[in-house]
Formats: sequence, C-alpha cells, structure tokens
Amino acid sequence: MGLDFTVIPQYMDIILWGALWTILITLGAAVVSFVGGIVLAVIALYGPTPVRLPFRIFSFLFMGTPLLLQLFLIYFGLVQIGIDVPAFMAGIIGLGLHFAVYNSELFQTGILAVDTGQIEAARTLGLSRMQALRKVVVPQAIRDVIPPIGNNMIALLKDSALVSVIGVSELTLSAQRAIGSTYRPFEFYVLVAVIYYIINIFMEAAQRRIERRVQASR
Amino acid sequence: MQKVFPFFLEAAWITVLLSVLTTILGLILGIIGASARLSRFALLRFLGAAYVSVFRGTPALIQLFILYFGGPQIGIQLDAFEAGVIGLGINAGAYMTETMRGAIIAIDKGQIEAARTVGMSRGLTMRYVVLPQAMRLMIRPLGVNINAMIKATALVAAISVVELTYTAQRFIGSTYKPFEMFLIAGLLYMIIIYITGQAVAWLDRKARIT
Repeated sequence: MGLDFTVIPQYMDIILWGALWTILITLGAAVVSFVGGIVLAVIALYGPTPVRLPFRIFSFLFMGTPLLLQLFLIYFGLVQIGIDVPAFMAGIIGLGLHFAVYNSELFQTGILAVDTGQIEAARTLGLSRMQALRKVVVPQAIRDVIPPIGNNMIALLKDSALVSVIGVSELTLSAQRAIGSTYRPFEFYVLVAVIYYIINIFMEAAQRRIERRVQASR
Repeated sequence: MQKVFPFFLEAAWITVLLSVLTTILGLILGIIGASARLSRFALLRFLGAAYVSVFRGTPALIQLFILYFGGPQIGIQLDAFEAGVIGLGINAGAYMTETMRGAIIAIDKGQIEAARTVGMSRGLTMRYVVLPQAMRLMIRPLGVNINAMIKATALVAAISVVELTYTAQRFIGSTYKPFEMFLIAGLLYMIIIYITGQAVAWLDRKARIT
C-alpha cells in the first residue's frame, strides 16, 4: 500500500476543528496550570502544616507518575464519585493539574528568590502577610519564572495529544476518525504532526516576545 | 486486590524493559545527534538541528502512531513493543542530543585553544580534554531526561503494549476501582523512578571524586 496524500483535503475540516480544540484545551489547561501552580506554591511555602502535607503527597504522586495514568484516574475517578464531566473538561482538569504541579515547583523557587527584605518592608508599611504576598512577592516571582513556565506550556501542547485516549475530539482523535474511514494512518498522522509543529512554532515565538517584554520591564 | 497484583508486577517488568532499551537507544542517538550538531560540516549540523527540532516539536504519541500504524505503508513492519522502543528511543534521543551538546559547549573555550596550542589534534582535544569533563556535567541532566522518559513509556499503552499504564487502565475498566489501580501502578512507577534516580546520583558522586 503506497502513500496517497490526495485523501487529505476531503477531511481537512474535521482536522482543522480538531486543531481548534487542541488550541482551546491547551489554553484552558494553561490557565488552570498557571493559577493552580501559584496556589500550590503559596500553600507549599506558607500553608499551615496539616494543609501542607496532603498537598505535598499530591505533588509527589503527580510528579512521579505518567500523565496518561493520571488522565485515566481523573476521567474514571470523577465518574466513580458521581461527577459526570464531559471528556474535554476531564482533559483540561487532568492536563491542568499535572502541569500545575510542575509550575508550582518553578513558582516556589521564584518566590524564594525574592529578597526577604522586601517582605519585611511591605509588612513594616502595614501590609498584611497576604497582601505582601499578593502585591509584592508573587508578581516578581512570576516575572522571574516566565521562561521556564513557557517551556512547560509548550510541553503541555504536545501532551494535550494524550487526551485523545480518554475520548476528547482534539487533533489526534480527529486524525484517528479520518483514518477510521480512509485507512491512511501515515498520511493523517504526518499531517497532524505538521500541524502540532506549526502551533509549536507560534508558541515559541509568543514565548520569545513575552520574554523580551519581561526583560524590558526589569 | 491480591488477584491483580501479579499482573501489575509482570507489567512493571515490561515497563522496566522498555525503559532500559529506550535509554540505550536514546543515548546512542544522543551521541550521534550531538556529534552532528557540533560537526565541522554544515550539512551534518543542519541534520542534527532538524532531528532535534522535529522530534521535540511534535507529540511523542504522534511519532509512535506514525511508526506503528503508518510504518506498514512505507514497508516498516514492527510489533507494538518494538515500535514502542524505537519510537520512544528516537524521541528521547532528540532530548539527549541537546543535553549532551549543552554539556560539551559548557566546557571553557580557552581549554580547547590551549590543548590545540600544545599540539593536540581536534580529536585528541575532544577525547582527553573536553569529553572527560563534559561527561561529568551531563550525568545529572541526562538523569532528568531518563526520568521523563520512564514516564513517557506509558504512551505505548495507546498501542496496546501490556505495560503498567495499560494494565491499570484494563483493571480500572473491569473492577471500577480507579483510585486503587492508580495507586498500585503509581507506586510501581515511583519505585522504578526512585531506583533510577539513586543510580544516577551514585554515578554523579563517583564522577565528582575523580
């Protein structure tokens, strides 16, 4: 069986819809992982011990196991405890939590790198601990860790392909659908790889722009 | 619960086997890739850069699918396990290429110039001056690559290799106990990763003393 790329145009609309879903899921999970990462970092550093411990165990479990396994847990686990979420929500939650744990590690180093003198100064000026964190420490920490967070977000785009396994109709699953009726796996998977690569290039360009801006604000 | 345990142990063995073979292939490709990227010849440098860019720029899952499902169309017939090792190995090799290259270019240029000045050839300089130091520098970051790769072996569950994640997925489906199955598989992954991490740390300490 040779290669025949002429079957592609007929299925291009399904593939492009899939690409759109991939972008939406990546963006949704990016937001979850960003906010979640900050929350996890603040809890890990400043939370009371009884709160800190379960979060530590959670981070430990999520860093030491494969994302695919976590997706299965979240998808089937949510259903089991009676929460029936659509697959794409489970995908966003799973991807988001996974990368929140990785982002949290970065935010923690970022927060610790902010000079303690600044916290003392903020407290002296009458800001509460929470205010000092929110208005003084965290904004600076975010600025410092933008480059590595950007790398995580690019990894997130590529890992978003995994949510096809729990039935989210994104790019990868769209390709599988097209393959199901054409029996042309090579052509469609290569096409999909090219589309991921293009999205990846755009994300890298965005990352460079953001980094330049952050550099300028220093 | 006791009934599923032997299946998980067998699956863990497959995951270990996958990880070891993929690491070996990844290291070999990393050495070739890094040599190409640092080569004197522009064509080799371009090929090395293209390898890294393509395989790091697309999802590993798609790479596996192209090899396993698309392979037969271009005359490559592999069973799922072979496709898993080769696909993941090529992917890991791209990451390891960058790690090795990073360690090599981290060596002070002055040392290379000094070695060349005392009459050592390019090859000798690489062998006796650059590589001994660079190899020490790359142990830890390669450990990070291997850690990520062990977790990436879960992807072959999608092409039905009966490893840990596939086994967990199967038993979640038949027992409706997602948390328990996740914990068993997760624990086994963490044991594998822990032992690998200890081995890397040991190597790193060894390399540091000399």
